[in-house]
Amino acid sequence: MTELRYTDDHEWLRPEDDGTVTIGITDYAQEQLGDIVFVELPEAGARVTAGDEACVIESVKSAADIRMPLSGEVVAVNEVLADEPETVNADPLGDGWFIRVLPDSPDDLGALLDKAAYDELVGTL
Amino acid sequence: MTEPLQTPLHALHVALGARMAPFASYSMPIQYRSGIIREHTHTRTGAGLFDVSHMGQVRLAGGGAAAALETLTPADIVELPDGRQRYALLTNDAGGVRDDFMVARLGEHLLIVVNAACKQDDIEHLRGRIGERCSIEVLDDRALLALQGPAAALVLGRLARETAALGFMQVARMSLAGSECIVSRSGYTGEDGFEISVAADRAETLAHQLLGHEEVEPIGLGARDSLRLEAGLCLYGQDLDRSTTPVEAGLTWTVAKTRRAGGARAGGYPGAGVIDRELAAGAARRRVALLPRSRVPLRGGAVLQSHDGAIAGQVTSGGFGPTLGAPIAMGYVEAGLARAGTMLSATVRGKTLPVEVAKLPVVPHGFVRGTTG
Repeated sequence: MTELRYTDDHEWLRPEDDGTVTIGITDYAQEQLGDIVFVELPEAGARVTAGDEACVIESVKSAADIRMPLSGEVVAVNEVLADEPETVNADPLGDGWFIRVLPDSPDDLGALLDKAAYDELVGTL
Repeated sequence: MTEPLQTPLHALHVALGARMAPFASYSMPIQYRSGIIREHTHTRTGAGLFDVSHMGQVRLAGGGAAAALETLTPADIVELPDGRQRYALLTNDAGGVRDDFMVARLGEHLLIVVNAACKQDDIEHLRGRIGERCSIEVLDDRALLALQGPAAALVLGRLARETAALGFMQVARMSLAGSECIVSRSGYTGEDGFEISVAADRAETLAHQLLGHEEVEPIGLGARDSLRLEAGLCLYGQDLDRSTTPVEAGLTWTVAKTRRAGGARAGGYPGAGVIDRELAAGAARRRVALLPRSRVPLRGGAVLQSHDGAIAGQVTSGGFGPTLGAPIAMGYVEAGLARAGTMLSATVRGKTLPVEVAKLPVVPHGFVRGTTG
C-alpha cells in the first residue's frame, strides 16, 4: 500500500498506480468540522491549480474551503458525496475521498508531509 | 483579547468532552462528543440538558417595577399574573429591538432573562431608565440550565412532582436535588421543556443529577441553534436587531393589546409611534422561513432575489435542519414576497439556487399547552 502524504491544511493525498492522486480530508479535519451536510466538488475534467479553493465543505455550523495542494486535471470525483456527505465523517480516508487528480508534476508530492510529520503537527494543535 | 468568562458548569463541560468556543465573551460548549446532529435529534426525541448560564438574570423589585418596565417594552407587564412568564422586547425610539427577553412574575419580584451578548448594555439601560423606580439586582451568582425535549417533563417530575402542574410559560420556586430553584416551563428549542435557575455553587450537582437519567444527554450551543432555527425562533443579533421592528419580525403578539393605540395603557414605550403605525399599515418587509431547494445551506448575509432578478431580501440565519433533513434558513423579504410558496433565489459561490418562502415555524412546536395547574 502506498504511503499517504498530508498537507498542513489537513488533506491527505494518495498516489495511485496509474499516476493519479486521490485527495481527501483527514480524520482530524472531519472531527473538527463536525457533521458534514454538503460537499461541493469540481467537475471531472476541470483543471485545478495549487492554492485554488476547489472544494467546499458545509457542516451544520459553517462552510470551509479546501485548498488544492497541487495543480492538475480532475479525472474523477466521488459522486457518493452528493447524496451522502456524511460519508466524509464516517470514513474520511476511505469511502469519503473527494477527488482524483492527474498532477502536472508528480514530484510535488515529495514536498508534502509524511505521516510522522503530520501526526506531529496534529499533536501540537 | 480578554480571557473568556466561564460558567459554573465549565469543568463539567470539559469533563464531558465538549468542544469549547468563545460565545458572547463566555467559553461555551458548542458540541459534545456525539456531534450536533445527534444532539439535535436527541433533544427532539428524549431530553437535552443545556447550560445557558451565560444569559443575564436580573431581578426587579418594588411596587413600581412592572409599570417602570412597561416604559421600556410594549409587553403587558402590569397585568402579568403571579407565576406567569412572558416573552417580550426592549425597543428603541425607532421602534427597533434592543434585545428580546423573558419576564416572569414571582410574588413581589419580576425576574428577567436577557441575552448574554446584550446583558451589560441591558443592565445599564434598565438602571439608567428605571433605576429610580425599582431596585435592579443582577443575579450573577446564579446558573441557568435548560432541560428540553419530550422526555423533559418525565425526568424533572422524578426530581419534583410539582413540575407536572407547571403549564407552558408558568414559573414556580421549587426544590430540585436539594437546591432551591426557580423553574419555568419554557425554552428555545420548540420542544416542551424547562429552564431552571439555580445558585451557581449548586449547578454542577443539579446537572449531574439530571445527566444521571438515561433520557438526558448534554447538548451544546450548535444544536441549540439548529433547534431554534427549525422552531422559527429569533436569535438576537442575527434575526432581530436595533433596526428591526416587532411588526417586521412577525412578533406583533409581543405588543400587548392594552399597549396599542386605543388601549388602556397605550404607548409610553420607546418607538410606540412607529410600531403603532406599522401595526395599522403593515411593515415593508417580513420575517419568513426559507427552505433552500437544493442541498446547499444558505448562511446569514446571503442576498435573496426575486424571479426578475430584483433584490427581495436577505437571509439572517441559516444552516442545516437535522429534523428536516435539509438546509433551513430564516430571513427578511419584501412584504409582497412573504407568502408561503413564493420562489426566490440566492447566489452561493457563483451558482443561483432556488429558495422557497415558508411559514414559520418549519418544524411544529411540541409545547405542552392548556395545563392550568
